[in-house]
Amino acid sequence: MGMDKLLVIGAALFCCGLYTILTRRNAVAVLMGVELILNAANVNFVAFSHYVSRVIGGQIFAVFVIVLAAAEAAVALAIFLRLYATTGTVEVDTADELKG
Amino acid sequence: MNGPADLIFYILAALTVGSAILVAILPNIVYSAIALLFAFAGVAGLYVFLSADFLAATQVLVYVGGILILILFAVFLSHRISDVKLSNPARFHWQAAFICLSLFGVLSYTVVSTSFPVKPGTVYQPSTAEIGELLMTRYLLPFEVASVLLLAALIGAALLSRPEGRKGTSSDMEEPK
Repeated sequence: MGMDKLLVIGAALFCCGLYTILTRRNAVAVLMGVELILNAANVNFVAFSHYVSRVIGGQIFAVFVIVLAAAEAAVALAIFLRLYATTGTVEVDTADELKG
Repeated sequence: MNGPADLIFYILAALTVGSAILVAILPNIVYSAIALLFAFAGVAGLYVFLSADFLAATQVLVYVGGILILILFAVFLSHRISDVKLSNPARFHWQAAFICLSLFGVLSYTVVSTSFPVKPGTVYQPSTAEIGELLMTRYLLPFEVASVLLLAALIGAALLSRPEGRKGTSSDMEEPK
């Protein structure tokens, strides 16, 4: 194992997350894609911190990314529940009432 | 390093990437959420290989124990259980697959063809004490800002998910009489 393999894994996670965001219409599934992309970024941070810099700042950055992901997931899921209570669906195409 | 460690690394990598692909393509959103669990667990295993023990434990606690449960609750609360099989419609398959595969090719080619200044040898040392010390000294301001942000997100999520239209008089936060 080496650094390039880990970066390829991160790239694969990123592309899977991007595919999920692009194709899904269910908002919860879109959120799953966002979580995959954040994990890809974290893998890259920790890999560079372990192989290149040898200081622990990359891991601390990853900890903050995890904190932000948790806050974002909580608020986003609360918004989805409110959207479901209002419109009866959580599909992202149907939430277009603010469109002019 | 070779032998069993390499084998475990490849198993973890295959678990992570395979589960991520399943998240992207499975038609049922409940199955997607379960595949996401395995992807998060695989990433936690990769953290162990990168000598990030604290981060691996945090990944299991926060992602697998927290965010995934939240996502499953949102799935179960926002769909009638009868049409759960059709709960994850998708569109633009071919265009999205083309974009993602070409992006993956570009990224992989860049990674493989670039020579990063990798330091020789690998060191494995516990990281928890150092992370705690740095969070209390050098990264104290971002730490406090993150705690305020978590408090704001907590209040906002609780306020957003309460039912509307019963402000003040018969709120569900009231004490039962």
